[in-house]
Amino acid sequence: MIPAPFDYLAPTTVEEALAALGQHGDDAKILAGGQSLLPVLRMRLNAPEVVIDLGKIHSLRGIRDDGDALVIGAMTQHSVVEHDPLVAEHATLISKAVEHLADHQIRHRGTFGGALAHADPAGDLGAPALALEAQFVIAGPAGTRTVAADDFFVDLFETAIGEDEILTEIRVPKHTGWGATYEKFVRVAHQWPIVAVAATVRVEGGTIAEARIGLTNMGSTPLRARAVEAALVGQPATEDAVRAAAAHAAEGTNPPSDLNGEAAYRAHLATVLVRRAVLSAAGTT
Amino acid sequence: MTLTEDEMTQTAPDSTLEIGKDRRRKEDQRLITGRTRWTDNLTLPGMLHLAMVRSPFAHATITNIDKSAAEASPNVVRVITGADVADEQGGLPNAWPITPDQVTPNHPPIAVDRVVFAGEIVAVIVARSAAEARDAAELVDIDYDELPAALDLKEAAEDKVLAHPELGTNKSAFWRFDSEEAGTGGNVDQAIAKARTDGIVIEREYRQQRLIPAFMEPRSTVVDPTGEQITMWSSTQIPHILKFLLAAVTGVSESKIRVIAPDVGGGFGGKLQTTPEEFITFLVARQVGKPVKYTETRSESLMAAHHGRDQWQKLTLSAEKDGTVTGFKVELLADLGSHVSLVGGGVPVLGAFMFNAIYKFPAYQFNCQTVLTNKTWTDAYRGAGRPEATYAIERIMDELAAELGVDPFEVREKNWIKHEEFPFTTVAGLEYDSGNYEAATARAKELFGYDELRAEQKRRRDAGDQVQLGIGVSTFTEMCGLAPSRVLGSLDYGAGGWEHASVRMLPTGKVEVLTGASAHGQGHETAFSQIVADRLGVAFEDVEVLHGDTMVSHKGLDTYGSRSLVVGGEAIVKAADKVIEKAKPIAAHLLEASVDDIEFNAGRFSVKGTDQGLAMAEIALATFAAHNLPDGVEPSLDSDATFDPVNFNYPHGTHLCAMEVDTETGEVTMRKYAACDDIGNIINPLIVSGQLHGGLVQGIAQALWEEAVYDDSGTLVTGSFVDYLLPTAADTISFDLDHTTSPATTNTLGTKGVGEAGTIASTPAVVNAVVDAVRHLGVTDVRMPCTPERVWKAINDARGGAQAETVGAAAPHFDESTGMDGTVDRTSGGN
Ligand SMILES: Cc1cc2nc3c(=O)[nH]c(=O)nc-3n(C[C@H](O)[C@H](O)[C@H](O)COP(=O)(O)OP(=O)(O)OC[C@H]3O[C@@H](n4cnc5c(N)ncnc54)[C@H](O)[C@@H]3O)c2cc1C
Repeated sequence: MIPAPFDYLAPTTVEEALAALGQHGDDAKILAGGQSLLPVLRMRLNAPEVVIDLGKIHSLRGIRDDGDALVIGAMTQHSVVEHDPLVAEHATLISKAVEHLADHQIRHRGTFGGALAHADPAGDLGAPALALEAQFVIAGPAGTRTVAADDFFVDLFETAIGEDEILTEIRVPKHTGWGATYEKFVRVAHQWPIVAVAATVRVEGGTIAEARIGLTNMGSTPLRARAVEAALVGQPATEDAVRAAAAHAAEGTNPPSDLNGEAAYRAHLATVLVRRAVLSAAGTT
Repeated sequence: MTLTEDEMTQTAPDSTLEIGKDRRRKEDQRLITGRTRWTDNLTLPGMLHLAMVRSPFAHATITNIDKSAAEASPNVVRVITGADVADEQGGLPNAWPITPDQVTPNHPPIAVDRVVFAGEIVAVIVARSAAEARDAAELVDIDYDELPAALDLKEAAEDKVLAHPELGTNKSAFWRFDSEEAGTGGNVDQAIAKARTDGIVIEREYRQQRLIPAFMEPRSTVVDPTGEQITMWSSTQIPHILKFLLAAVTGVSESKIRVIAPDVGGGFGGKLQTTPEEFITFLVARQVGKPVKYTETRSESLMAAHHGRDQWQKLTLSAEKDGTVTGFKVELLADLGSHVSLVGGGVPVLGAFMFNAIYKFPAYQFNCQTVLTNKTWTDAYRGAGRPEATYAIERIMDELAAELGVDPFEVREKNWIKHEEFPFTTVAGLEYDSGNYEAATARAKELFGYDELRAEQKRRRDAGDQVQLGIGVSTFTEMCGLAPSRVLGSLDYGAGGWEHASVRMLPTGKVEVLTGASAHGQGHETAFSQIVADRLGVAFEDVEVLHGDTMVSHKGLDTYGSRSLVVGGEAIVKAADKVIEKAKPIAAHLLEASVDDIEFNAGRFSVKGTDQGLAMAEIALATFAAHNLPDGVEPSLDSDATFDPVNFNYPHGTHLCAMEVDTETGEVTMRKYAACDDIGNIINPLIVSGQLHGGLVQGIAQALWEEAVYDDSGTLVTGSFVDYLLPTAADTISFDLDHTTSPATTNTLGTKGVGEAGTIASTPAVVNAVVDAVRHLGVTDVRMPCTPERVWKAINDARGGAQAETVGAAAPHFDESTGMDGTVDRTSGGN
């Protein structure tokens, strides 16, 4: 398939990229790994006049330790995140989610920031980012601002990133020692999740001290299952206690209905998967 | 004759023979690296490119087309609408009108004033580059008046909304086989009536969902009109049939057309077609006098290349209380989509003789109503008719077993043809030449660990585990090796079923084999080389197999229906034997011996009782030089043969599948799959494994993942691989496969087809296993594909007291008084 013609820019600094964005406004589109954008262009669902490729901006790549947080550059490929020891240790939930994101080829090209900026509610990274209370660093003409995960996801394919802005990095507070599980429910391996649950918990002496749970594809944005979190705190990490808490999983959600399942089925799946994810994260199963 | 495992291991293969060797496929390096001649790789000087403008509506009148903006777009040479070429574009052929009164709508390559499915071509852009053609396609401004669309198969069969209003009906053809009328069995209605009072009657309705063949290489066509002949390269399974039909439709002399199917990246029946795109490319190239290329996108391929399956099957099986089946009645509705395509109407008829499968049913009746709808046209898809039949019978045999409370093998064994009863004439009138269901079943059960898994299943049931285990059985057979020409004639098919081959001895002793079979991923070059190497005693590497070009291999009927080895391979054997016969007098002359004293063995002609002899290569060179040939002998060893089989052949096998079903989520996971197939003698075990593995996954995919879905307006919802779920290696497990050997008696190699076997066998095995896992909860059916949600709902419905999706009491879905056609004995040619 052949996209409509466009001009291609490849800036080497964030400043250049911002300038180009400023100049072309909503005629321009940012290109990261292209794993979501290129299909859109090739199917001619969108036809920007200018494509600004961030691929040559080296400062946007890589993962670093910044005290009580990890900083993941927006252009860091999924495959890099997947195999990064810092992420595995301090943000285990992300490692677990990335491992099952699409397939090798796509993980090799697609980027951490691109996936989050794309804000597909079925994307695998939104729920872990929410659960880990990540901070999104966004550069714009007026400088840099930081947006909390709760405020980042606005709607279907819509985030807090303005038209003249670029997501540069994601700060993930360390959750060292927390158990983590990403339960992804799919029919075939390379599929986007029908429903997925990102759960991370801190267990102290058999009791759940803290719990954070993100839901994938249960609404127009990734969601926090706050009712479940509240119900879990102080409970023993047992099957019965977790089952009772997980019954709240679908509260406040608005899941889609499609070929893979109706909303009611997704709501049911959410309660089952939350229970399984929490038990697994707590080391109970 | 069947060799058991023990006998087989005793007859150790002869290591000097090529047949039986695990040869890696010679063609794979170039196919896998792509450094080869795919049609889209072809670039000719001055070549123009096409883009298609397709209808977004399932059914609409075209009220206006404004092509001015497209024509003004850069480097656009021409914009063509259906109205522009209405007189010359002709109509796509239907080669298999299954009844004399079949209703067959016209099928113009470019829609003229009405569109009848979403994806139909409405205008064609001719431009200097593919990108410019695509850009201009966006600029064609078309006004449509939307019409109500016939989408649902059952509703369409009631003519509620007409797909083609001018025809006055959606019913295309009604086709019946009745064993009483054919003299092959009794009266099925009497058998059923009797069982209702004194026996068991099982009524079920199954859905064969619509599938998309989804070959790896999208279709592509290049036409070069600049030579004395018009040359078409096309990604097709059927270059020879295409050439003939291009001539028939366009009026261009057949001798002026050359068709080349270069390397073709898969077909699965999906390229057993003559397409609008081929006819359009041919027409445009002739109009502009330059080479023209069209390559479809994946989206176009999913939307507009023909689909497969799509049937409702209403089944009534009658049996005595001990499980002996007394009758089987089949009533099908088959969705043709918008048109009766090349052999689309005949696909269900290919299944008509297979619903009785491996069993000795005393009475059988098959009824099929083909129906037009406003969806993509359907046609052959791997197995074509036989997977549908196998699914129906193997599912309902499990239902019979469940009804009787016995093991599924018990009802099968009670009814199947015993090995000592071969050859056996079935109630559908076919003569099965060989087989041994007992042996294959014993081996499959052993591979599977049947008894252990049954024990585990019971433990889990008793314990009320959240994840339950189910075991599915499929003891399939199929008729393949299409086909005896006479039988095809009796079924009103438009061509024969023979195959042609030539063997050319080159002066250096190398061999060129020309085959009319047209490989598109099967490995013919390798398997045929093995056959010829043994037959002529030459090296495997010295055999070159040429195919897919009507100028090189001028005669053939191409590749489909698991026919290439059993029909095409046999033609090669016969041609090779003629080479030997032609070489003998020359050898005798050179060796100064009598022809009667010449023996041919392992590539050497020798004089009986002496050590004198000449190699095939020496005879080849001497024949080429022609300095010293016997009087009256032509200086050529080259030979042709055309082989028309006298019967189909009947691979069979026992397939066993274990599925785990998570009763909490409905998720199904394959635990084990074991099969013992009997495909007669095997030329190349590695290729056979490949065919089985791929075939199994394709059949499993019908059971679990694939379905083409339209929305209420007739738009294909599964229009990309995001929604049309194809499995990958990550979704499958390792299969445990083995085989028993009952050689076919109708070809000298003793081989049977294997290309479709896995696909035909596996689907019911998987669904039987899914149902078996939750039958104790009250589930008796899950509609394909068995998505987690469907399984979960079936369990919920059953728990809620309602019967899960069984429709045993549904009303007949077509009027049985229509279309009765009891005049032709369609089957005697099969004997
Ligand atoms: C076959 C297939 C299967 C997939 N399966 C999954 C799956 O199972 N789970 C999953 O989560 N994802 C899946 N993906 C999507 C994958 O994760 C993509 O990598 C991701 O959605 C987009 O990342 P990208 O780097 O490719 O971004 P691009 O496609 O380049 O961009 C995506 C969007 O984000 C914008 N954007 C990108 N970077 C920035 C930035 N720094 N600042 C502002 N805007 C930006 C772009 O303008 C564009 O609108 C799949 C993709 C494919 C093709």
